[in-house]
Amino acid sequence: MSSYAPVIALFAIGVAVFAGALLVNRLLRPTHSTPDKLTTYECGVDPVGEGWAQSQVRYYVFTYLYVVFAVDAVFLFPWATVFARPGYGMTTLVEMFVFLGVIALGIVYAWRKRVLTWT
Amino acid sequence: MSEAPSYLSPTGHEIVFLLLGVVVVGTGLLVVTTRQVVHAALWLVVCLGALAGCYLVLTAEFVAWVQVLIYVGAVVVLLLFGIMLTRAPIGRSPDLDSRNRPVAAVVALATAAVLVTVVVDGFRHAYVDLSPGKGTAEEVGVAVFRYWVLPFEALSVLLLAALVGAIVISRTDIRGR
Repeated sequence: MSSYAPVIALFAIGVAVFAGALLVNRLLRPTHSTPDKLTTYECGVDPVGEGWAQSQVRYYVFTYLYVVFAVDAVFLFPWATVFARPGYGMTTLVEMFVFLGVIALGIVYAWRKRVLTWT
Repeated sequence: MSEAPSYLSPTGHEIVFLLLGVVVVGTGLLVVTTRQVVHAALWLVVCLGALAGCYLVLTAEFVAWVQVLIYVGAVVVLLLFGIMLTRAPIGRSPDLDSRNRPVAAVVALATAAVLVTVVVDGFRHAYVDLSPGKGTAEEVGVAVFRYWVLPFEALSVLLLAALVGAIVISRTDIRGR
């Protein structure tokens, strides 16, 4: 665990810089707020509607595709470290491509159902 | 697994692990008690992140970073999208508590009792040797591709099924052809 000391130190420095910048900002800036200043900045025009809008259900599929690819990629790392070892070889290679093939079926299905087209 | 040392003189590892465990339990409670659904998802980030810290303390480095990538990254994004799909506008919602609360509490307590009993019974005197290098990607690869190939392949089918299900549910705007 001691090898993570630099990571923790870096994280602490990051938090310190971020919090420090905001704190200095708060201490130095003048605050004369008016209702106009406190409205949400929306490209210079008056904001319309609420901050939250219901998103379309189709984005859910894109997010889920991201999850699939993330899980996919995560398994490639341990696979890449062992498949060239003696005793693994072709079997392990085929196993990984079966895995990728089944996931590719899902991508093909999404493509065939025109989920990937941006209308 | 090696000889268990005394409980009375905790090492630095054990103290860090306990503190992270407290964070996990505390933020887990906040996830289910907060009135704002989006805050629940954000507390879940802290909860899962602290759990990744627990894995790191147990020298399971690869699993820890997978936890950050998959759960803190992908699954929470999925959850946020799920929230944004189902509720608008999102804000404080007083109707989050259902009347199933007593039943849910009983189920949760029973599940916790079963898990704690099994874990305590199975690993009562086991003590994990925390020397580094036991949880690298290489070790995980050896374990997955030597002993756990079938669950690994089953996982791909699970992902496929969930993907097809998500597409079937979400393609109402695509009219069948």
